[in-house]
Amino acid sequence: MAKYIIKRILVAFPVLVAVSLILFIMLNVVPGDPVTVMMREHIKPELIEVFKERMGLNEPIFVQFGKYVLNALRGDFGMSYKLKRDVSALILEAFPHTIKLAIYAALVAWFIGIPAGIFSAVKQNTLVDRAFMSFSLMGVSLPVFWAGLLMQYLFAFKLGWLPVTGYYSPKYYVLPAIVLGWQSAGTIARLTRSNLLEVMKNDYIRTARAKGLGEAVVVVSHALKNAMLPVVTMMAMQVAGLLGGAVMTESIFGIPGLGRITVDAMGTRDMPLLQGSVLFITAIIIIGNMVADLLYAFLDPRIRVE
Amino acid sequence: MMTNLAANRAADRITDIESGIQGAAAQEMLVIKDLKTHFFTQKGVVPAVDGVSIRIPEKQVMGIVGESGCGKSVTAMSILQLISRPGRIVGGSIMLDGEELVGKSVRAMRDIRGDKVSVIFQEPMTSLNPVYTVGRQVSEAITVHRHVGKQEARQQVIEMFKAVGIPEAERRFSSFPHQLSGGLRQRVMIAMAMVCQPKLMIADEPTTALDVTIEAQILHLMRRLEEKSNTSIMLITHNMGVVAEICDFVYVMYAGKVMEQAPVFELFDHTKHPYTKGLLNSIPKPTEEKQRLYNIKGMVPNLLRLPKGCRFSPRCEYAMPECRESEPELYDCGKNHKVRCFLYQKGQGGGADE
Repeated sequence: MAKYIIKRILVAFPVLVAVSLILFIMLNVVPGDPVTVMMREHIKPELIEVFKERMGLNEPIFVQFGKYVLNALRGDFGMSYKLKRDVSALILEAFPHTIKLAIYAALVAWFIGIPAGIFSAVKQNTLVDRAFMSFSLMGVSLPVFWAGLLMQYLFAFKLGWLPVTGYYSPKYYVLPAIVLGWQSAGTIARLTRSNLLEVMKNDYIRTARAKGLGEAVVVVSHALKNAMLPVVTMMAMQVAGLLGGAVMTESIFGIPGLGRITVDAMGTRDMPLLQGSVLFITAIIIIGNMVADLLYAFLDPRIRVE
Repeated sequence: MMTNLAANRAADRITDIESGIQGAAAQEMLVIKDLKTHFFTQKGVVPAVDGVSIRIPEKQVMGIVGESGCGKSVTAMSILQLISRPGRIVGGSIMLDGEELVGKSVRAMRDIRGDKVSVIFQEPMTSLNPVYTVGRQVSEAITVHRHVGKQEARQQVIEMFKAVGIPEAERRFSSFPHQLSGGLRQRVMIAMAMVCQPKLMIADEPTTALDVTIEAQILHLMRRLEEKSNTSIMLITHNMGVVAEICDFVYVMYAGKVMEQAPVFELFDHTKHPYTKGLLNSIPKPTEEKQRLYNIKGMVPNLLRLPKGCRFSPRCEYAMPECRESEPELYDCGKNHKVRCFLYQKGQGGGADE
């Protein structure tokens, strides 16, 4: 087990290097350099050159990249051009907001998605099933920016139950968590339902019934554990995705999380900050996938390493 | 040649079989009378089991033989009332040890399943839950019906594992199904079926998924367990060799009806129904060098469009005009042998016999 984890972590490094290289090239290809974006049009062209030289932006891109990687290995991810602060400090400041939102959203997704999926499967083709499934379909297909704005309008502006934007108390997280969680809940409910229906056709379900077990025990103990294998994997990856920052949700609800600083960094061509946050998000996704694999092995004895 | 096969059985079995022929004297464990299980599909009503009567005396192995789709498994599942929709029992009676099962509540049926009536299924691989240890799955059969602790259940399971010949029973208790061979998995299934000492064990093609050497072992194991306990066995198969190996009495089913029923030796030695003859002729004979294997012409009829008269008449070599007009009853031919065929109507006895 430990060996497997170490192997996965070692494999993660080349992935991180590759991601930052691609990002580096992409940022050099797109028009607009950080100095011009920061200084706007009133600045003299000579001054731009001076700044570029000073920031090392005139060096060949591979030299820039090499320096970046070497510094990053030492734990130095550079300074934000715009905010003039350490990138790692900025990320660590933003991350708790994202974690909070991710946890709330995941709780919404699990506590709604899983029961909805089970009920739908057990009551297949009934009104309950149809209602749950339409609701999930809406969650999956409504764009967050639209659902988010509508909810803000209804619950914050019209009804005044909840604050519109901000991040000052748990109350502020209710709407963003529902918007974000609804989406994941929809996927979870649909996957749970279809897997459970599939598993219920298996011979071992007939065996369980033939043993004299009640229908509830058959579903919960014999079917659900098998049906949840792919669902748990997906849930782990969803959480990784949520921890990587929900760009839309954070922007709409004014939460200064990872997604927000990444988008802001993109707008200002704040390369060190953008690099740093993208690398951080990549690392989280890699860890999420690893956790998903480990969970799968933990739940399914057939792929457990002897 | 079937007699040869049957003669391979241990000599002491013969006496049992003879007592089976006298049949009527023995206590009846299961009496199915005129059972009708129909499936209500969009295309119409499918009479999968259409007036089947079966009796199994105590401590006997009763075989149900027939092609796929003849209603043998549906008959068995009707006993447990595990018929999936749109099927349901529409008539008849199922008496288990004097207790009527048809019309029992869901709750009451649950208490019977696994306790008084248990099942072994065809596919030991898919019939065990892959995410639980086999020990846990067998223990569950005990704990759901008996008030015993986990430890005691574990002890009983290990005892049972030993009884069904699972080596290293303690270690195997915590094995997962995928870690066991097909034969061992089927032994686990048998252990699960026997652990509550049921009155009736239904074996639905228990050896079809196994290779021939394992098949013989499993059949002998079932026979041995049946002799040691008070359990009757209902063996569903399409394999006449399996029937010859362990059954005392045989029912031959075709398109939802019993076509012929007789004690096993009587059936093999004095086969009467043309369908049964066809089944027996389809078995390759090691003594004959035939190019092609015999097969019964035609196909099992669509139960939605059953032929008029005898259900087998379109495929029957001996079919007479009246066979296509009206349906024959089960005619008694003596020696506990009954045949649903006009050839054996009173006064015509032995028409197609030899």
